[in-house]
Amino acid sequence: MTLDPEMAEIAKVFFQESREGLDVMESGLLSLGATTADNESINTIFRAAHSIKGGAATFGFTDVAGFTHGVETLLDEMRNGVRPLTADAVQVLLQSCDCLREMMAATEAEQPLDQGRIAGLNADIAHILGEQPRGAHAPPAAAGAAATNTETTGWRIVFEPVADLLRLRNEPSRMFAELARLGGFAARADVSRVPPLDTLDPESCYLSWDIEMSGQISRAELDEVFDWVDSRCRLEFTPKANSAAAVPAQPGPAPDARAGASLAVPAAGAPVQKAGAESGSIRVATEKLDNIINLVGELLITQSMLSGFADGIGPGELDRLRQGLSQLARNTRELQESVMQIRMLPISFAFNRFPRLVHDLSRKLGKKVDLKFTGENTELDKTVLEKIGDPLVHLVRNALDHGLEIPERRAAAGKRETGTLELSAFHEGGNIIIEVRDDGAGLNKAKILSKARERGLVPADQELTDEQVDNLIFMPGFSTADQISDVSGRGVGMDVVRRNINDLGGYVQISSKEGRGSTIRIRLPLTLAILDGQLVRVGKEVYIISLLAIVETIQVSRDRVNTLAGRTEVFRLRDEYLPVVKLCDQFGVEPDSRRAEDGLLVVVEADGTRVGVLVDDLLAQQQVVIKSLESNFKPVMGIAGATILGDGAVALIIDVPDLIRSAANPAGGAATAHAA
Amino acid sequence: MSTAKAATVADKPATDASEQYLTFMLAGEEYGVDILRVQEIKGWDKVTRIPHTADYVLGVINLRGAVVPILDLRRRFGLEMIDFGPTTVVIVVRVGAGRDERTVGMVVDAVSEVYNVDTADTKPPPDVCGSVETIFVKALATVEEKMLILLDIDRLIGNSIAGDLVTGAAAA
Repeated sequence: MTLDPEMAEIAKVFFQESREGLDVMESGLLSLGATTADNESINTIFRAAHSIKGGAATFGFTDVAGFTHGVETLLDEMRNGVRPLTADAVQVLLQSCDCLREMMAATEAEQPLDQGRIAGLNADIAHILGEQPRGAHAPPAAAGAAATNTETTGWRIVFEPVADLLRLRNEPSRMFAELARLGGFAARADVSRVPPLDTLDPESCYLSWDIEMSGQISRAELDEVFDWVDSRCRLEFTPKANSAAAVPAQPGPAPDARAGASLAVPAAGAPVQKAGAESGSIRVATEKLDNIINLVGELLITQSMLSGFADGIGPGELDRLRQGLSQLARNTRELQESVMQIRMLPISFAFNRFPRLVHDLSRKLGKKVDLKFTGENTELDKTVLEKIGDPLVHLVRNALDHGLEIPERRAAAGKRETGTLELSAFHEGGNIIIEVRDDGAGLNKAKILSKARERGLVPADQELTDEQVDNLIFMPGFSTADQISDVSGRGVGMDVVRRNINDLGGYVQISSKEGRGSTIRIRLPLTLAILDGQLVRVGKEVYIISLLAIVETIQVSRDRVNTLAGRTEVFRLRDEYLPVVKLCDQFGVEPDSRRAEDGLLVVVEADGTRVGVLVDDLLAQQQVVIKSLESNFKPVMGIAGATILGDGAVALIIDVPDLIRSAANPAGGAATAHAA
Repeated sequence: MSTAKAATVADKPATDASEQYLTFMLAGEEYGVDILRVQEIKGWDKVTRIPHTADYVLGVINLRGAVVPILDLRRRFGLEMIDFGPTTVVIVVRVGAGRDERTVGMVVDAVSEVYNVDTADTKPPPDVCGSVETIFVKALATVEEKMLILLDIDRLIGNSIAGDLVTGAAAA
């Protein structure tokens, strides 16, 4: 079906709202699974279904409306306590949500619907409805659709709405216009209840109507007209044998149906206000935001250029210039922060898919799981948020599949039968930390280590800490399918998870206690666009190291530096020996000096490993706008991107995890060769 | 060796089938690139070196906020190196399409001319084409008694960048 452009625009809103409605239904249904029949949540689900049905009927999406009607009928019986709330019924309703989502998508794209699936679910619903309802009272007639379908030559309708009909945004004159389309229509308004003008509330409805309809009209057609108001009025339908004489219509002065403040009447059947409206959010095209972000980036560049200029100016103007500059610096920083804020979204957008996933998967695996969220309002950049979704799904699936045990095993181990899976998020410094914690079996360290030795990932004589062993599961090549089930379970594509997270400039770590569970900790930057950087100099080149990766910067004396096997230099930092990574060698540039004691060692950390990066000098700390090398070139080992400095020159941003990795196994595949 | 193509040369039609080429000099030879690909020509300026790349990738420059790689065509073609002189320029070209579109600078000895080259005047490249690998040569053309080597710039740049270089993806 095609709608005219204006309707199509409104239909778009309908689809959007319906999807949100389906989300409400889904989360409601999932919460039903956890608690016992809670009337309010069934009501919420029912209202969402009702709104979808009403909207779909308005736009003439009869298939959607028809299907939702069945769902609604089932919900209505549950709500009234006529129908027991069984797990099977909830499952059918969840599937119905999925089906409706697909129907919406198909309808919006004007594609044919999957009639087979719809029929199947309809049959399921009919099957549930067909079972003998519990209790003595009969099920309420399903909106009268089946009850009285006999056609007559006319109807007499008494329509006596409640006073707040108009405040609920129902407009009787529109309904009368609908009725008039069905056949001969005549209405007589009863004005006897209208109070004197000084006591009249202009937003209340004091009228009732006596309506005469003539012609072949079914009861169902009439029900459809009154569908939205049937719980807000007294309605009487009387079939007539023959059409009566038309009575002049007196619709009466319809008081202004302004949106009243008293909309929050959560009556069953009333159109439900969407939850999304409360957060006061706006939809902005990402492209526009990106433009602003680019502009702010330019502004930052100008500002840092001005800062450089201040150093070479006479003493007279200096103070004023400095003052102006500090103001500019503050303004740009504030502007940047507020602009970045637009892109920030709560991480609940990523968490929201998990209740359903966990519900389905735990059912399939026969496990009992309590899913807990903490800090789901923690905000992070939209791009990061979108890209973290898939790795998180992977981790959650892994935790469910391999981490948590089946109830019998848990009971045997003296644990609660129901396992706990906790997703939490919080800010730490300029980072967001996301943790996936389960209280399952944990990793089998011995098996991991032996597998890793077998595969030559770890030299036979090398001792590893527990933490290092756990993190072996992120090694590429450790995660081919055959080992997974016998090693520890974890691992299908864990290296992919780590790769994805590293691509976002983040790190992932796992810690695990055998028999007690595992915690996977993901550290991500809040944004991908701007970075707090430390400028370092090596010879004539300037590089940038993210401040987040820097632990400290030190100068070492000769006696603290040792050379291992004549090749690798290490230095002692308190009670630790850290390798020295020489940027000059890594990047092939000519430094001032190659000796560790002549330069500065920037201690950086990634993936739990620390190294000292040897540089000639530290320059300024500044915020830099990250520019991609890939857009015109390609990814480069050890380099995360580039930026433009105040003087217009390009400086490269060092990819710390990559640098540490390539320093650990020089010339790429050397490590494998060494182990073989 | 007269072919069907060569036969039409005599007609010299005033030409829907002609294309404009910007030509440049490189070690005494004249090369042409489709002028629609040329974004701008700029003087040689300092670049920021990039580690782990082939020697012909000189580095990157800031081109009005974009980070643009600069390739040295002499090195790319394995020609003898010379010092950059006053005529040395960077021809900034746009190659590829859609998501793969890139802006890249090429250092050449000097810019020469803009020619209208009739497609009918072009010949497929011989198997051996001097120092340049034939796959990067779209055609040879004769203009004003000179030979022009018309480059397949998409292929040349795409291949040079992808190359067999050490990349982050390949090493990880």
